Amino acid sequence: MDNMNIGHHISRQFNEELEDVRNQVLIMGGLVEQQIVDAVKALVEGDSHLAEQVIDNDRKVNGLEVAIDEECTQILARRQPAASDLRLVIAVIKTITDLERIGDQAEKIARMGLHLVEMERPKNHYYEVQSLGENVIKMLHQTLDAFARMDVDAAIQVTQMDEKIDHEYEGIMRQMVTFMMEDPRAIKRSLDVIWSVRALERIGDHSKNICEYVIYLVKGKDVRHTSTEYMKEAVQEK
Amino acid sequence: MNDSREKRHAIDMSALGRSNAGLSLENEEIAIKVNALRLFYGDKQAINGVDMQIPKNRVTAFIGPSGCGKSTLLRCFNRMNDLIDGCRVEGEVTIEGENIYGKGVNVVDLRRRVGMVFQKPNPFPKSIYENVAYGLRLQGIKDRRVLDEVIERSLKGAALWDEVKDRLNESGMGLSGGQQQRLVIARAIAVEPHVLLLDEPASALDPISTLKLEELIYELKSKYTIVIVTHNMQQAARVSDYTAFMFMGDQVEFSDTDTLFTNPREKRTEDYITGRYG
Repeated sequence: MDNMNIGHHISRQFNEELEDVRNQVLIMGGLVEQQIVDAVKALVEGDSHLAEQVIDNDRKVNGLEVAIDEECTQILARRQPAASDLRLVIAVIKTITDLERIGDQAEKIARMGLHLVEMERPKNHYYEVQSLGENVIKMLHQTLDAFARMDVDAAIQVTQMDEKIDHEYEGIMRQMVTFMMEDPRAIKRSLDVIWSVRALERIGDHSKNICEYVIYLVKGKDVRHTSTEYMKEAVQEK
Repeated sequence: MNDSREKRHAIDMSALGRSNAGLSLENEEIAIKVNALRLFYGDKQAINGVDMQIPKNRVTAFIGPSGCGKSTLLRCFNRMNDLIDGCRVEGEVTIEGENIYGKGVNVVDLRRRVGMVFQKPNPFPKSIYENVAYGLRLQGIKDRRVLDEVIERSLKGAALWDEVKDRLNESGMGLSGGQQQRLVIARAIAVEPHVLLLDEPASALDPISTLKLEELIYELKSKYTIVIVTHNMQQAARVSDYTAFMFMGDQVEFSDTDTLFTNPREKRTEDYITGRYG
């Protein structure tokens, strides 16, 4: 948190604008998180009403993206922010892009849920989707926490969760291939499950991106496309 | 999987045709070297021991709040402070290998090599032609052809030629503020200095004249080492390659401009450039 004091500007209005845009990102994050929770629940429980609601709510997510982008443009044009203020605006612009895509993945899961409602339910009640979903939701939740607190150590920890999620995803894929070979009648259903877990895995990637923006925001280091070791080094400095 | 992760560790920007490395003083030829410089106005110390290296053919900006010593430091580079009563300088400023505060320095020749432009344009109450010719005449150059040639070259160099070529005999005082400032720059570069010191050169100019001046600075740096003092941080960010942040007589941070304005090392720099109170 060293030098991340958003307040204390001589211009109080500028303070408020930055505070405001940051809060809006957290609101958007909260909405997106709820969207995934609902989408996974709708799929697992076969709740088509809830799935429809998720699909409908995606418009709200899109609206927030547009509104926050507009506000960031205004800040850039009017304030010409520098140093940590500039990094905050850049990090916000990039973060909401990833949040919007997470929202799209939630919508996709909800659509798969609608398909699956029509089909015979499997014996395991989509346990694999629920399990991966829980892990992904936890990861996104911790990502948003790291963003809210500008906590780089937490951000690094979250990026490591992505590897676990990738492993779990690969496991589910192997399992689905086995199902489909054993019983061709299960192919249609299995494909929808594959699309859903694929969407969840992508959410993990987007969360990881957001963690990288948090590190950029706080430390001024671009750690995209680097190793965990490099990230740790970057965070240790200064 | 881990193998490919490691490979991705190094980012390859070769598709853009350049390396990832930014500017670094280590790769620069140094034009001005400041060593333990202290300056006093009477009892009051205005500069507290500054060490600095200013690279050749680059634009270096000094920023900082009023009274931080940035203009004072700039004036040290051509001994303008000598003209102020009670001003005392300790330490060294080495320009092109010579300590300009050493014994037997020819101050007039120093000021020819290190030209200066001030906040308010100060053309002489003479014609445009004579304004630019002034320094050359001081050097005893009388040959009209030589003068004509240097004046045209200087006015072109200062991006003013096209605007004044038909009225070289009119008074320099009749030009607009922005044109006057470029006239003064033409006068400064007519004597072929190696270093140009600009003390808030754009603070009395409108935005368009300011942009023209900034464009000129960009063009001039291929020939001259430029040091600019400015209160306008965006201007420093736009025109300079390196930036020094000064505060209460201390040099707080010296860095390449990209780094200083996106990720400064020092908290005091961060507070100043983002407009926070410390």
